[in-house]
Order: sequence, then C-alpha cells, then structure tokens
Amino acid sequence: MNQPIEGAPTPPQEAGTGSSRWRFVLPLGLFAALLIVLFVGLVHSPEKNIIPSPLVGKAAPQFSIPNLVSGGEPVSNAALRGHWSLVNVWGSWCATCRDEHQTLLMIKQQGAVPIIGIDWNDTPANASNWLQQLGNPYQQVGEDPNGRVAIDWGVYAAPESFLINPQGVIVYKEVGEITPEIWREQFLSRIDAAGGASPPPATGG
Amino acid sequence: MHSPRPSQLRALASAALLIGLLWVGRALAVDATPPLPTAQLQQRYLALTHELRCMQCQDESLADSEVDLAGQMRGEVHDLLLRGMTDQQVKDYLVSRYGEFILFKPPMNWRNAWLWGAPVLLMLIGLLVGWRIVVGRRRLVDEDPDEPLDDTVDEHWQS
Repeated sequence: MNQPIEGAPTPPQEAGTGSSRWRFVLPLGLFAALLIVLFVGLVHSPEKNIIPSPLVGKAAPQFSIPNLVSGGEPVSNAALRGHWSLVNVWGSWCATCRDEHQTLLMIKQQGAVPIIGIDWNDTPANASNWLQQLGNPYQQVGEDPNGRVAIDWGVYAAPESFLINPQGVIVYKEVGEITPEIWREQFLSRIDAAGGASPPPATGG
Repeated sequence: MHSPRPSQLRALASAALLIGLLWVGRALAVDATPPLPTAQLQQRYLALTHELRCMQCQDESLADSEVDLAGQMRGEVHDLLLRGMTDQQVKDYLVSRYGEFILFKPPMNWRNAWLWGAPVLLMLIGLLVGWRIVVGRRRLVDEDPDEPLDDTVDEHWQS
C-alpha cells in the first residue's frame, strides 16, 4: 500500500531528509521574519499621524515676522540666539493649545527657557484676547497670519513645539500637546544632557 | 410597471450628466490659488500639486484638499514656481521641511530599496512556490498514469 511513488511530493513519513526539512523550515522562517517586521513596525510607530521632522538636527529656519505687540520689534531668529529656547506654534482656534497652555505657564514659571510663540493662521485681536484671558507664557509672539513661516518650519498641526539650543539648532520637535511629563522627559532631559540651560535667558520683548 | 420610454431615458441621462458636471465644478473649485501667468507654468503647478501630499489629511493631494494648510501650501508652490524654481527644487524644498512623506511617490534611493524591491521579491517567491506546486502535481499525474495508489488520491490529483 505505502510504496513510495517516484517524483511524488515527499510524504510526511519521510520527513527528516535534507530537502523536506528545508521545505518545512523555509516557510516557517519567512513567517517568523514577517512577524518580526510587523512587530517592529507596531512598536516603533505608536501613532501613524506623527511624522518625524527632517529639521531636527538642522539650524532653525530663518524668519522675521510682525510682533503681536503693535510697535514691538519683529520676532526673528535673534530671539533664539545664545540660549536654549522653546518655539511654540499655536493659534486661538486650536483646542489642544488651550489644554497645553497650563503647561506653558508652568514652564515660564520654572524659567528654564524663554518661550517664543508663533501665532499661526490667527488674527492679532483673537491672539491678544486669548493671552489676556489665559495668561501670557511667551517672551515674544510673532504673527504668521498666512502660514508661510509655519510651512518653512514644517508645521502641519498645532500645537507644535521646537526645542532650540544656544547655537540655534533644532534639537527636538514635539507634535501635539506638551504635558508636564513630556516637558520633563523629552525637553528638560535634553537640556540637562547638554549641560543645562545656562546662561540664563535674557528678558525682554 | 411599464418599460421606460426613450425620452425618459434621455432625461435620466441628462440628469446624471448634470450631477456629474456639478461635481466636477466642485472639485475644481477647491483650488482658489490664482493661475500662473503662462500655461506651461500652470501645467507644472497642477502636476506638482497632484504629486504632493496634504500633510493634514494625508490621503489627499494638495490639489484635492480643502483644508487651510493645503491652500497655503498650494500658494507656496505657486510662489516658488514664479520665483523660477524647477519642479525638483520645489519638491526638495518641501521634503527638507516635511520629509519624504510629503511625496506620494517615494524616491528610488538605497534607503527606500526595500520599499521598491519587496513587491518584486514577494512576487518572485510566489511564482517560485506556484511553479514548484504545479511541477510536483504534473509529475504525479504524468509518471504513474496506469497504477494509481488508490482511487481517492487519483481523483484528487486529476480533478
């Protein structure tokens, strides 16, 4: 009954010869490799909406925009030179920015870095109103009513925040709300790792 | 129930056409950027805005998206072309700001080799596996046609 047929697929009883073991192991190996790839993808992109910025590690883009305070100096890269700073892109239309505002006020109180605001797709009236109602964590706020500076900074959703070192290089970018935990773990840790936020930021603006 | 008369069919077709045209008008109306001065520039503008992704909606092109950011980025593409940038320079600029994700068609380079190569590789593996199965079955049928092991096996392979 069980005479082996020449040329037929190897029956399971003969498993153990080199060729049949290979045929068994290869699909299993491929499947395992696929599992590893999928698992790595799962772990490394917890949120598909967050796109890594190519600007991290590069000099902050040049900008010079009108100050929210009428008659104030234009807000530009000069505000970022010689000390750590946080550039925060926000708008009075942005609900998450309202949640983030408390953290920004806390950061201002800590005094580690000055916060430079870029008021994105907004009107000066609405922005001033917002700051009067909720408190003003910003050292300076620049107006970007048509979004051109935001595009140059690779911004696609407010709030977005950039940590900039004393040399004017973007060290980190956070898309979405900065919570106190994110501030400690992603921002302060980087400042500390680079030797701390000294000299203390100049006041002004 | 009576079958529709030709005039009714014609009315139906006209209505469908009208609705279709209304939809086309709406699609065109998304882009409020003023046209570029020459037809050639405008052509390049249209091609570029279809190749670039809206970063907010992510599955729509700049040309198709209604969100503010897409409108502003169309304005940026418009201005960069007016300033005399080549298509490649416009793309390079936006990639330097938003990353390669902004291109619907990822560039062919070594970093993306797996992305472009994987489908070809998988297809080759599939063909190889399929070929082996077919050859295996054909041998079974061809080489022992007179003496089947038992009827069920025979029917199975020959069906």
